[in-house]
Amino acid sequence: MNLSKISKNVFLVIIFGLIVTACATKKSVKTTTESATTTKAAETQKADPIEKLDALMQGDVYIGSDTVGELASGVPDRVFFATNETILTTASRETLRKQAAWLRQNSDVTVVVEGHADERGTREYNLALGERRANAAKDYLMTYGVSSDRIKVLSYGKERPVDSGSNPLSWSKNRRSVTVKAN
Amino acid sequence: MKKNLFLIFLFYVILKPSISFSLVEIDITRGNLDPMPISVSPFFSDKITDENIKKDLNIENLGLEISRVIENNLEKTGLFDAIEKEAFLQKPDIAHLKPRFEDWALIKSQVLITGKVTSKIINDKDYINIEFKLWDVLGAKMVDGFSLTTTPRSWRRVGHKISDKVYERLTGESGYFDTRIIYVAEEGPKTQRIKKLALMDQDGFNTKYITLGSELVLTPRFNPANDKEITYMSYFRNMPRVYIVNLQTGEQKVVGDFRGMTFAPRFSPDGKKLIMSLAKDGNSEIWVRNLETNIQEKLTDHPSIDTSPSYSPDGKFITFNSDRSGYQQIYVMRSDGSKVKRISFGKGIYGTPVWSPRGDLIAFTKLHKGKFFIGVMRTDGTGERLLTENFYQEAPSWSPNGRIIIFYRETKTDDKGKGFSAKLWSIDLTGYNERLVSTETDASDPSWSSLLGN
Repeated sequence: MNLSKISKNVFLVIIFGLIVTACATKKSVKTTTESATTTKAAETQKADPIEKLDALMQGDVYIGSDTVGELASGVPDRVFFATNETILTTASRETLRKQAAWLRQNSDVTVVVEGHADERGTREYNLALGERRANAAKDYLMTYGVSSDRIKVLSYGKERPVDSGSNPLSWSKNRRSVTVKAN
Repeated sequence: MKKNLFLIFLFYVILKPSISFSLVEIDITRGNLDPMPISVSPFFSDKITDENIKKDLNIENLGLEISRVIENNLEKTGLFDAIEKEAFLQKPDIAHLKPRFEDWALIKSQVLITGKVTSKIINDKDYINIEFKLWDVLGAKMVDGFSLTTTPRSWRRVGHKISDKVYERLTGESGYFDTRIIYVAEEGPKTQRIKKLALMDQDGFNTKYITLGSELVLTPRFNPANDKEITYMSYFRNMPRVYIVNLQTGEQKVVGDFRGMTFAPRFSPDGKKLIMSLAKDGNSEIWVRNLETNIQEKLTDHPSIDTSPSYSPDGKFITFNSDRSGYQQIYVMRSDGSKVKRISFGKGIYGTPVWSPRGDLIAFTKLHKGKFFIGVMRTDGTGERLLTENFYQEAPSWSPNGRIIIFYRETKTDDKGKGFSAKLWSIDLTGYNERLVSTETDASDPSWSSLLGN
């Protein structure tokens, strides 16, 4: 009884140690690619919620899977953007290549690419920003062989958030373009 | 065919004061001042009038209600303090005939408003005649007044017209009470907001819903030259486009024939043109459409986002926001698109510039260090003044006299994403007198009409 309890404690300690080192490694890798301010933040922050945030956002681009649906089996329906940006990240380009591949195989399908912005901008500017984001996704799909007449673009600006929170993580989920089947 | 949703004032008679003289004027260019004590006596009426009004409107004491409309309007300016009616020593009918000024001076009233309501039958139809007088208590004289005849159900507008007269006489500025506000009424959870166009009197009464909420509608704006016409953006059939609506007939039409999303519409000051943005292939430019000739023309030519255009009151210039510098900033150009000049250079990003009806200022939204501000600057970008700071607020719209800005404010949600609301607020150009504008539902995107015509 006593022995098993001790061994359990030892086991927990070992696991804890592993997590700490794992995190430290991850951070040291990250800091090489990110700005000095991020490094400082990572060094000073140790609490669990921050670890979670790190896993869900890269810079301020959402990289988690919450809210992400499927255009088809194994093909994510959306990509995420940094604040005020329309640049496609490496992960976004991978998602869009999957979408393009599927669309090439299913040539009867037409889609609407819906562009969205977070709530931290004026309504009219965000309409324009959503349109820009949707077109960034559309252009990439076209580059990978989907003809433009199969892709409609629709900007919702900040009118249709998926996450109603008022925090950086919620906002990162809302800065998105979603490819939706239109037929 | 024009069944009047909007009334017609039949007779308007100006009551001339016996001697002209200058009443103590209120300086409204200063901010925090002591409100002027004012008494609004209930308007009196005879028995027959009371019976007729009861029958027409189901209101017991219309004269009292009219005095409350006036009190409410004047108090909300922050410039006047209405004295409680219980303190009044003189009866409404006698006060209207000839006030005993000592009685009103005793309760420290500097100004007195009295009136009379009389029912009238013209061509077998019920009308009401409302007479009002403005008295200077200290000078012991009548200084202004009028009488007008109208349909009974337009009684609130008469209260607004009286308020405008009093405001004009005491401040030297034109009034803004006989006006309406068009806005977007909002309901439902943040992720699935239902939005409808709504129209109300400036004081929040007589709300009418213009659309049903079946499609997303945004950014309604009055035609400054015609208070019965608005422009707005609708997602009807999932085609986001700019529309013009005639509020009298309910008729609406899409503006222009554009391939791409049209948004951010505004009328020119003469109502003959419409400026808006067209977003196409990832680029938003500003366009103008002449509503008489149907000729449309592109005004900006830049790969950045150019949007939120607004004309100067003389129609010669357009202010707009663009992120051509990397971030959203405010620009001014000639109305033909030439001579584009950036005017905002402060810290932060700037959007939604709206030219004041007086021409000297541009109101804007600014985002700086995670906070949203409503501010004003001169048309060359100098003299920036921030009027109010909050978690989120935007979309300023000017009162027709250029003294007040109405805008909307959204709340921050809690950890669970709950607690979202959107409301209309107003603030004086001085930065004082910030007020919640009451609406039946949540509200956003307000636009203030010009003073209403008949």
